[in-house]
Amino acid sequence: MSAYMRRAWIVVWKDVLSERRSKESLNALVFFSILLLFVFQFALGPERARVEAALPGLLWLGFILAGLLAFGRTFLVERENDCWEGLVLSPGDKSAIYLGKLAGNVLLMAVVEAVLLVLFAVFFGLDFTGVLPALCLVLALGTLGLAAVGTLFGAITAQLRARELLFPVLLLPAVVPILLGAVSATQSVILGQPLAEAAAWLKLLAAADLIYLVVGVLTFEFVLEG
Amino acid sequence: MTATGLEAVRGATAPPPASDLMIQAVHLRKIFGPTSVLDDVSLELGAGHGVTLLGANGTGKTTLLRILATLVRPTGGSLRIAGVDAVKAPDTARGVIDLVGHGSWVYEDLTALENLRFWTTMGGHDAAPARLRTALESVELDTVADRRARTFSAGMKRRLALARVLLGRARLLLLDEPFTGLDRAGRKWLSEYLMSFKARGGAFVLATHSFDAGIGVADRVAILAGGRIALERPAAGLGLDDLRRLYDDLAMGAEAGS
Repeated sequence: MSAYMRRAWIVVWKDVLSERRSKESLNALVFFSILLLFVFQFALGPERARVEAALPGLLWLGFILAGLLAFGRTFLVERENDCWEGLVLSPGDKSAIYLGKLAGNVLLMAVVEAVLLVLFAVFFGLDFTGVLPALCLVLALGTLGLAAVGTLFGAITAQLRARELLFPVLLLPAVVPILLGAVSATQSVILGQPLAEAAAWLKLLAAADLIYLVVGVLTFEFVLEG
Repeated sequence: MTATGLEAVRGATAPPPASDLMIQAVHLRKIFGPTSVLDDVSLELGAGHGVTLLGANGTGKTTLLRILATLVRPTGGSLRIAGVDAVKAPDTARGVIDLVGHGSWVYEDLTALENLRFWTTMGGHDAAPARLRTALESVELDTVADRRARTFSAGMKRRLALARVLLGRARLLLLDEPFTGLDRAGRKWLSEYLMSFKARGGAFVLATHSFDAGIGVADRVAILAGGRIALERPAAGLGLDDLRRLYDDLAMGAEAGS
């Protein structure tokens, strides 16, 4: 393994291990997801057609709100005990840290999304088993884009006093293309249409992912150095 | 703490190329907004030497250390670390620097061993468990190697930070109040370590309020007052009472005048 990959891997390892032990983000996100589902349940009522029509939007609303909580915290742990200084002084390409943080966020979001899907299925009596592979593809592409831009903005705002305010203000406009593509592709998948029907949205998602990933890798060093 | 196994820890990595002058800071200035923190600070430090920085709170000791560590860009002046222009090429200069600052760089939910594994890998060094355990043994944390850092006292976290330094390849150590939180044995160990670090050709800058510890390990003493180095002189022959008198005249005098 190259030194670059070792650094990226050790960041993922550290973040996952810390989260597994503290469960600070995971507990909050799962609890938040349950609350969100209660709200949706009350708002939509028992009528199945209304639920199915609103489902893609509701799913991604849940994911983006969970992401807002998760990504904003990504770099706060680095402020504790001045660990940020250590990351700045580490030799080598700093984008390895970004990729490590991004991978950690994708893993965290994957767990939250799995929990949300199960809760949606239970609360609304839905069955995703038939569309699961296609749905996973859409979720993976959407989550990667969300996490790519969320991780970068999490780093940008971590050093700011008004970060809780600025983080969503910066993030939400930037993820509009991802939300558009993800909601539309999810709709198509849930309706049972072939993946080819959602090809345009999937391409949009893949292109947005690539752009956000490249921007994150190229700019992270400047963000870290402040 | 003991020196047992220190050589084993150090021997695992080859030192970077040597340069006689580790720090060459010329006319450094730092202004934060309307506040001038450092004004015309010049400092030279050769390999195998150490300087202790003294000064009242807010005189710029930490800012100077952060500039030397390349964490903060100076507003004016030039800085070379081991012959490298540290303002233009901070990444290159960082290869020889290690910092023990106010924060200990400790992740609370990782164990002592895991913390060392993280920072050693980030530094590009050998993170073999045996090497990490030897470093922990050197700072007498081997018995709590698998305990989470959240349960550590401030002194234990400071020791963990020092264990991290042992595993690196630094030729220039920047230490901000390193004796804070350490017990008598820890202070003695750190003093001995700094002396042996110098003997191996390393250089250090130590900012402290602990006069006796600071004067005991350094070759020179510098007193910062009003953002300037008000006095810099060899530590040899300087008694503790002389130093306190000088400090009171310079540091406290500048504070009263400001």
